[in-house]
Amino acid sequence: MRAVFPFSAIVGQDEMKLAIRIAAVDASVGGVLVFGDRGTGKSTTVRALAALLPPMEEVSGCPYRCDPHKDRSQCVASCPIIESQGKREGHQTAVPVVDLPLGATEDRVVGALDLERALSQGERAFEPGLLARAHRGFLYIDEVNLLEDHLVDLLLDVAASGENVVEREGISIRHPAKFVLIGSGNPEEGELRPQLLDRFGLSVDVRTPTELATRVEVIKRRDRFERDPDGFVDDWRAEDAALREQIQTAKGRLSQIQIPDSFLERASTLCMALGTDGLRGELTVIRAARALAALEGDGEVGDTHLKQVAAPALRHRLRRNPLDESDSTTRVERAVAEVLGS
Amino acid sequence: MTLPEDRWERAAQAASLVAVDPALIGGAVVKAGPGPVRDAWCERVRSLIREGTPVRRMPIHVTEDRLLGGLDLVATLRSGKAVLQRGVLAEADGGVVFVAMAERLAASNAAHLCAVLDRHEVLLERDGLGRRTPSRFGVVALDEGIDDQRVPHALHDRLALIVDLEGIAAGPWIREAPETDPEERAWLDEARALLPEVEVPEPVVQALCSAADTLGVPSLRAPLLAMQVARVAAALQGRTVAEAEDASVAAAFVLGPRATRAPAPPETEPEEPEAPEDPPPPEPPRNEDEPPPEDAEQSPPPDPEVLEDVVLAAAQSAMPEGLLLGLQVQRQARSAAGAQGTAGALQKSNQRGRPVGVRPGNPRQDGRLNVVETLRSAAPWQRLRADAEAEKGGQLPADGSGDRDRVRVRPEDFRITKTQRRTETLTIFAVDASGSAAAYRLAEAKGAVEQVLADCYVRRDNVALIAFRRDRADLILPPTKSLVRAKRSLVRLPGGGATPLAAGLDAARALADDARRRGQSPVVVVMTDGKANVARDGSRGGSKPQEDALAAARALREDGVASLFVDTAVRPRPEAKSLAEAMAAQYVALPYVRNQGIASYLSAAAE
Repeated sequence: MRAVFPFSAIVGQDEMKLAIRIAAVDASVGGVLVFGDRGTGKSTTVRALAALLPPMEEVSGCPYRCDPHKDRSQCVASCPIIESQGKREGHQTAVPVVDLPLGATEDRVVGALDLERALSQGERAFEPGLLARAHRGFLYIDEVNLLEDHLVDLLLDVAASGENVVEREGISIRHPAKFVLIGSGNPEEGELRPQLLDRFGLSVDVRTPTELATRVEVIKRRDRFERDPDGFVDDWRAEDAALREQIQTAKGRLSQIQIPDSFLERASTLCMALGTDGLRGELTVIRAARALAALEGDGEVGDTHLKQVAAPALRHRLRRNPLDESDSTTRVERAVAEVLGS
Repeated sequence: MTLPEDRWERAAQAASLVAVDPALIGGAVVKAGPGPVRDAWCERVRSLIREGTPVRRMPIHVTEDRLLGGLDLVATLRSGKAVLQRGVLAEADGGVVFVAMAERLAASNAAHLCAVLDRHEVLLERDGLGRRTPSRFGVVALDEGIDDQRVPHALHDRLALIVDLEGIAAGPWIREAPETDPEERAWLDEARALLPEVEVPEPVVQALCSAADTLGVPSLRAPLLAMQVARVAAALQGRTVAEAEDASVAAAFVLGPRATRAPAPPETEPEEPEAPEDPPPPEPPRNEDEPPPEDAEQSPPPDPEVLEDVVLAAAQSAMPEGLLLGLQVQRQARSAAGAQGTAGALQKSNQRGRPVGVRPGNPRQDGRLNVVETLRSAAPWQRLRADAEAEKGGQLPADGSGDRDRVRVRPEDFRITKTQRRTETLTIFAVDASGSAAAYRLAEAKGAVEQVLADCYVRRDNVALIAFRRDRADLILPPTKSLVRAKRSLVRLPGGGATPLAAGLDAARALADDARRRGQSPVVVVMTDGKANVARDGSRGGSKPQEDALAAARALREDGVASLFVDTAVRPRPEAKSLAEAMAAQYVALPYVRNQGIASYLSAAAE
C-alpha cells in the first residue's frame, strides 16, 4: 500500500477541507464537487479523506458491504451469505473511498459476470463492480468533466436511486449502492453538464494560494512527503487521528443539533433571493450547517454556520447569467450579507 | 541571438536532466518539428537513461486498451484463465514515454498520463479485470504545434522542463548518438546514486517560489518541479546541497518558459530578454573530475536576496521570445492566465467533445456494429455458454464437435462504434475592432459572444473570437467551451486603429479550416462596417485593401464555410453588402441582431 499524503498536512484550502469534512459527517449532504486551478491539491485532498473516516461495521464475507445491524430482508437475494444460510457476523472495516478511473468500462462500474470463474470453472457468478465497492462510502472521480457521457448518466441514475440494477450476461441483480459522489476537475478543460452539477451537494472553488510563505510551505511539505512518505505520514498521524475523532464525535451528535425556525426561514430567504431552483439548495444549506455545528461542538445552528456553508452549498445552483460579470461566489456572499443584515 | 552551438548545449543539458530520473521531474515538453535535431535530442535521452529501462512511444491515436492494458484475448482463451495484457503505461515503468504530436493529444489520453504521473500506478478497470500496476515514468511530449496549438494543460503542468529546439540548425555541434560515450553514462550513474542525498535548502525553495510568483506562474507544480530539477542539477555537479547555480538551471528550464508576465522594470531591462551573458551554465565538461561533495558543503550559504535575483535573471533568460513585446502591445487583450508564448497557458483543448468510442449497445438503434469488438467481448464466455446450452438442450451432435464450435454471440456482446451524434459547432467571431466606434462595437460583440456561449453551454459548443485592427488580426479568445475562460478573455478588448479586414477574414478562414480538421463544423460571424483600409501586405490607401477583403471573402465561400455578416455601420454601405455576397453570408444589420438575438441568426446560418 502506498502512503497517502495526510489530510492535516494540506496547507490552506480551508473551504475544500471543510466541505469534505462535512460530507464525512453527514453523507446526506450529497457529494462534493471540487473545481479549480491546476496543482492545488484537489485529488490529494480527496484521497487523504480515507484516513479521516472512522471505521464502519460490515458483514464478514458480504460482497455488498451490508451493515450487520440491518435486517436480512434487505439483503441481495443471490448474496452468498444468504444462499448459504450463513451467520451474518460483523467486523470493523475502513469506509471505502473508491477511485473511478477514467477509461473504466461499464462492466467494471456496474458489475458483471465474474470473468475468471466463467473461464476457469465455467460458472456463472456475479462480480460486483465499483458501485458495489463504494456502497456506504465514497466514489471519487478525478477529471469528472472528462468522464464519458454514458458513464455519467449511469452514475446519476444510481446516485439518485441508491440502487444498482444489473441486467447483463443473463444475470439479473439489484443491490444497494449508496455512496457520496466526489468529483474534481479543472473548468478550463470543459464545463460539467448542468445535470451533473446539480447532483453535488457542495461545490468548492479552489484557487492557487498567492501568498509566498504558503506556497513555500506547500512545496516543502510535498517534497518531504515524496522523499520519505512513511516518515511524513508518521509526523502527521496524531493530527489526522484528532480530525478522525472530531468527525466521529460529530456524527454521533448530528441528531441532537437544534435547528431553530428562524434559521430555516433565513435559509429559505437566502435561496429565494438567489433564485435557486427547487428545494435541494435549501436542504443542503440546512444539512451542511447542521454538520458544521456538530463538527464545531455547537448545540444549535446559527448565522456563523450559514455564512460558512452558503457559498459551497449554493454557488453551483445559480442560474447562469452571462451578462452578470460577478462570479457566483460573490453573488452568494452578497445575498448572505443582505439576508443576515436585515 | 544565441549561437546554435550554445542553444544545443542547453538543450543537451535538458536531456541529461530528464535522463537522470525521468519520473522525479515528470519529463519535458519539447517544442520542435520532426528533424535531425529533435531526433538527436530524443536519442540522447534514450541513451542516457538508466540502463535497461524501457522507452515507449505513444502515438496520439493510441486506443485506450493499448494505453491502459486489458484482457489478452488469445492468451486468455488458450490458458482458460484471465490474462492481462499490459498497456503502454505499465510497460514504461522506470523509463520514458515519448508522445509524438502532443499538441493533438486528446484530453482523455492526457488525463491517463497525468493520473500515472501523479500516482505512480496504473489503475485499470476494464474488460472484466481490475488491476493496480505500479508504474513510474517520465513523459517527453513532442510539441509540433504552431500558433496556439499546445500540449494539453494538465500534461504540460506536470512536465518540468520546457525545451525549445525550434530554430536550432543541424550542424557539427550536434553530437553523434552518445551511447558510444561510456564516460557520460558513468557521470549520470553517479548523479543517480547521489540524488537521494541532495538537500535543497530553504532559501533556494523560497527563491524559486518567489521567482514563479514574479513571473506570474500560477500553478504550484512549477516551483515544486523546479525544486526537483535543482536537485538533479546539483547531483549532476556532484553536490549534496543545491546551490544558486542549480536553482538557476531549474529556473531557466522550468519557470522562465512558463512566464506570463515580466518582472517589474527596476529588476530588469525588458528590451533585452536574451542577454548575451546567458546565466544558465553550460553543461560541465564531461572529463571533469567529480568535485568532492565536501567542497560543496563548504561553500557559504547564499544570501537570500542575491539568490532570488540570480534565479530570476536565469528564468528571464529563458522567457519566451516576444513575451515582453507582446505584453506591451496587448497587455489588455489577454488575461494573466492566457498570455502567449511557450508558457502554454494559452493552450487549446484538443478535446473533441466527449470521448466517444466503442461501447455496448444495440446496433439497430445506436450506431455501427463493431464486429471485432463484439467477438472479443463474446469470446471469454464461450465455454460457459456452450455448457449452459448443453445442460439445457442436451442436443449436441454425437461427436460433440459441430455445435460446440459455433460461436455464441448474445445481444449483450454487441459493441457499437459510437459515431458522434452531433458534430460540434465552433462559432468564430471575427470582429472589427478599429476606429472610433470600436468600443461600442466591441461591447456589442462581447455581449453576443456571451449570449451564444450561454446558449452553447448546454449544447457544449465552442466559441472563438478574432479581433482585427491596426495591421493585423489577433486571436483574442481561442476556441473554448469554457465560460470561465471566455469571460476572462473578454473582460477587456483593445480597440482603435485602421481596418485590416482581409487579415481578419483570413484569420477566420484559417481557424475554420483548423476546426474542420478536428471534426467540428465552423460558423463564421463577421462583425464589421465592411470598409477596409489595410491590405494584406500591410499597405494602406487605394483600392487594394477593399480588393483584398473581397478576395478573402471569396476564399471563405470557396471553402464552404457557413457565415453570417453583421453590418455594424450606422448607415449601411454597399461595400458591406458586396462582401457578404462574396462570402455567401447571410447579411444582417446590427439593429436587427440586437432585437432578435443573434442566436437565432446563427442557427439559421449554420444550416
